This record gives sequence, structure tokens and C-alpha cells, in this order.
Amino acid sequence: MPDTQQTATRNPVPPIALRRRIVDHIMTSLAVLTVILVLVPLFAIFAYLVYRGVGSINWAFLTQTPKPVGETGGGMANAIVGSAFILALASILGVPLGVGAGIYLAEYGRNRFGDIIRFTADVLNGVPSIVIGIVAYSIVVLAQGHFSALAGGVALAIMMVPTISRTTEEMLLLVPQALREAAYGLGVPRWRTTLSITLRTATSGVITGIMLAFARVAGETAPLLFTALGNQFWNLKVSEPTAALPLQIYAYALSPYDDWHRQAWAGAFVLIVLIVTSVAAVRYAVRRGTFGAA
Amino acid sequence: MAFSALPRPDMPVPQPVEVTKVSSLPPAGRRTAPLLPARSGETGDHIFKFAMLLCALAVLAMLALIVFELVRHSGPSWHAFGFKFFGGHDWDPVNEQFGAMPFIYGTLVSSLLALLIAVPLSIGVAVFTTEMCPVRLRGPLSFFVELLAAIPSVVYGLWAIFVLIPLLTRYAGPFLARTLGWTGLFEGPFYGVSILAAGVILAIMIVPIISSITREVLMVVPQHQREAALALGATRWEMIRVGVLRNARAGIMGAIILGLGRALGETMAVTMVIGNNPQIIKSLFAPGYTMASVLANEFSEATGQVYRSALIEIGLALFLVTIVVNALARLLVWTVTRGQPSRANA
Repeated sequence: MPDTQQTATRNPVPPIALRRRIVDHIMTSLAVLTVILVLVPLFAIFAYLVYRGVGSINWAFLTQTPKPVGETGGGMANAIVGSAFILALASILGVPLGVGAGIYLAEYGRNRFGDIIRFTADVLNGVPSIVIGIVAYSIVVLAQGHFSALAGGVALAIMMVPTISRTTEEMLLLVPQALREAAYGLGVPRWRTTLSITLRTATSGVITGIMLAFARVAGETAPLLFTALGNQFWNLKVSEPTAALPLQIYAYALSPYDDWHRQAWAGAFVLIVLIVTSVAAVRYAVRRGTFGAA
Repeated sequence: MAFSALPRPDMPVPQPVEVTKVSSLPPAGRRTAPLLPARSGETGDHIFKFAMLLCALAVLAMLALIVFELVRHSGPSWHAFGFKFFGGHDWDPVNEQFGAMPFIYGTLVSSLLALLIAVPLSIGVAVFTTEMCPVRLRGPLSFFVELLAAIPSVVYGLWAIFVLIPLLTRYAGPFLARTLGWTGLFEGPFYGVSILAAGVILAIMIVPIISSITREVLMVVPQHQREAALALGATRWEMIRVGVLRNARAGIMGAIILGLGRALGETMAVTMVIGNNPQIIKSLFAPGYTMASVLANEFSEATGQVYRSALIEIGLALFLVTIVVNALARLLVWTVTRGQPSRANA
């Protein structure tokens, strides 16, 4: 014992070895380097998108339909409206289903069956979007006999449901149990409690989840390739092929014409601006309480 | 996606007003029927629960429908080629000879290349945001990285065609050919559209997924593990290596596999840059083809039952692989974040 005490006094805590300190610094710099390497493409993409997009947008782009191959000019007005149309269809189909499934999971799904649904939703979330396109093709397009906006809407709805149901569930579970009990105590039936108390309290979170799902499918191209197909002209019929912004960007990006490349950039810019503004607008409306009545 | 961006804390505080609204009694003095007849709630409850159950069953039905449709429509191709379909090298729609090997090869190589690039980057970003950077930077940094996940795939493709590919052909290509040309992976002419370009754009796309899930996993490593390592005199890096990364191994593995699942199924950006050439060539400079991109390119123009069915069989194979990969990943992430609400909805 006295021995160790002596050595301890003789050798105070040695400074951390130089090699270890150098390794520490190297690792820290490497971590900083990775952050830079990841942020550079991000800024590069956004900067280039804004640069090319803003320079390419003009009134014709926003108001005209595509010109025939080889002619310059024209625009993507029909694709912008078509995208909105397909997304509206997808939301009409997908949002109620997703929210309903989320309610079920949160309020009745604390059991084995709920776990199965939860796992299924997670699996669905990982299914490649192109595969969902094939399925929408074989259910809707083959049944109808032709490509249609409806088929595109169905494909996007299938992609929205799992996301919406899982976020809705999470948001409903955050509502304190005491609120539900207070409602039960007042004699309010369970379904009414769920709709008017639980869901209403969680409205902001649920809507955020819906908008995340919306933003995710809004830029999807793959499931629309053989469902909505695309269209050179105006269409607002559910059963007809419809133009969509992502499809148009894809087609124009691969074309050999400079003017179409320009329009592809303009389309990409408009697409992102539309996604961001629609998400921001809905969230702003929710904050202001306009959507309060759930 | 950007799920941790969900505004958990700023949900409206439960307002007593709403409760009073529901419970408000009819004005005193007027005789009315009781507000809630004893049985009405029960019937309503049954109907409501049933309706919600239907919605939940719809989720099951969707998955069942996907499996059913894929299996049903891939029947003709399965009968014509059997297992040889997956080993065959020929893709010849004119003579109705179909083999999926070139697509499987292209999918695997481009995804693995993407992982090779993305994994060190994403782990570095996750470690930096959780362990090194000032707390004030943490929020904005993860927000920016997750913004990458919000860009549509087709926009990545567009950017890759007009920015990434010129950069690759001008700088990266000659450099790789000079330094690593002897491996045989970087030889032959390099025109830009290639497996290499697909791997790089895929890497950029999966970094946000891997890094956000790795961050979640690192955050649930107990604080006392870090403190114990530091108390023993470890430097910060040693603390991260011994106290954090070692404890989070399984979860990080899960994050990587989730990223792989996304890379395997990614369609548009890859289709736009990979060159769409159904041949197996060792050099990464050569154009290739993936399972998802052959579907994107040929499905709507596929004529003939066997041709279409062969494409759907590729879709079925892609579906099965991504399901196995995702299930495995979720299991791994779950072993680490057990007890935490699952936010790994990549």
C-alpha cells in the first residue's frame, strides 16, 4: 500500500499521450470534413436549382401547354394543374384511410393485431415506388383499359397511407390520457371523445404528418410513369391520361433540346416552390386555427 | 424522411375550452331529452370502431394486394423461365428471351457503391451532430441534412445530368483512371452516364436517411457510458469509439441497411444517369441498368404477355428484396431504440 502511494506522488497524472491527442484531433477534423462534404452537394443543388429555375421561368411557361417537338416556347401549365389534380385525388383517397388507421392504432391497437398493422405499414413504407406503380397499373389501368389520372391518384394514395397512419398514431398517443378520462367522466361516448377531444387536440401534429406524406409523394415520378402517363394537353377528367410536373421534368431532361432543358429546370423549381408553399400554407393555417374543427 | 422535424413540443396545450364545449348542458329551464341517451353512445362506438378497423385493414389489404397482383402477373414469365430467369444474361424482347442478371448486377453494384460512399459520410455527420458540435448548431444542421431528403428524386436526376456528370467526366474520371485504373474497375472510355454516376447520386440521396437514423440511435446511448469513458481519461474520440459507437453498433447497422433498402428501390435519378445498357461490364465507367430503371423505361411500352410478365417478375423480386432488407433493418434499429417511440420511418 505505501508503495503505490509513493509512486502516485512521484508520478502525477501523466499528460495524455501525444499520439492519442493527435488521433483525437484527426477524428474531429474528419467529422467536420464529412459535414462539409454532405452540405456542399445540398447547397450546390439548391443554388443551381434557383439559378437555372429563376432564369428559366417566364409567363409562357406558367400559362401555356407544351409546344410540339422541336419548337421553342410553350410551357407546363397543364402539368402544374395536372399534378395538383392527381395530388388532390391521392389526398381524397389516402388521407381519410391513413388518419382512420392511425386512430385505430392509437385508440384500439395496443395489442397483437395492432402490432401486425404497424409492421405492415412500415413494410409498405419501404416498398419501392415503382413497384407501387406496377400494382396501380394492374388494378386500375388494366381494369379501365387505359391510363388515367385516377390510377396515378391511387398509386400516390397507397404511398401516403402508411406515413399518415404512423404519424397520426404517434400524435394521438401524445394526448394526455387525463383528457380522454375527463370526457368519459362527462358521459361523452368514446367515438365522440376520440373525434372531438383527442383528434382535435392533436390536429396540428396530424396535419403536419399529412403534409409530410403529401410533400413526399408530390415529387414522385416513378409511380406515375405508367398510371397517369402524361399528356400534352389540358385534362381534368379522372379517367383520362394526365400530365404531371415530375413526368414532364423527366421527359424534358432526357430530351436533346436546350429549350426543353431550360423548361425542365423551370419545372423543377416550380415543383419545389409549390411543395414548400403548400406545406407552409397548410401549417400556417393550422397554427392560426382555421382548420381547428376536426 | 424528415420525421424528427415533427413539431412534438409545440402542439397546442390541451385547452379546457374544448372540454366545456362538449359538456355544455342545454340552457336551464328548458326541458329537453337527456343529452346522451344511455345506449346511443354504445352503438356509435361500435360503428366508429368498425369504421376505424376498416381503415386499418385497408393497410393490410394494400400489402396483400401488392403481393397478389405481382405474383399473379408474373406467372407467365415464371412458367416460361423458372429459376433460370434470375441467372440469365440475355434481355431480348424481340425473341422473347428474358434473363434478369444484368439488372440484378447493376442494382447491387450501384447500391453497394452508394453505401461505400455514404456510410462514412453519414456516420461522420451523425457523430458530429450528436457528440461534437455546439448544441446551438445541432438543430439547423440536422434540418439542412434532412432537407436533402425532401428533394424529389427527379430533381436529383436533373442535377446529376447537368452538373454531376460533367464534373465526373472532367475531374473524377481521369483521376480515378490514373490512380485506380489497375483494379480494372475504372477503365475504358468514360462518357459520364455510368454505374459510377448512379452510385454517386444514390450516395447523396441516402446520406440523410442513414445519418438521421444513426443520430437517433446515438442519442439513446446512455449518458453514463460517455461519462464513464471520460472519467477513465479517454479523449473525446476514444469516448466516442468505446462508449458510443460500440454501444450503437446494431442500430447503426440497421440504419445502413435501411439506406441500402432505399438505394435498391430508387428509380428516377438512377434511370437518368446509369445509361440503361443491359450488359454486365466490370468497369464502373461503363453504363449499366438496374431493376427499377428497366421497369421505368420499358414497362409502359412492353408488348406481349411474356415481356410484360418478365418485367413484373423483376418488380416482384425487387419487392421481396426490399422487404427482407427493411424488416432486417427495423429489427436492428429496434434492438437499440427499444422502449423509445419508433421514429425510424425512413
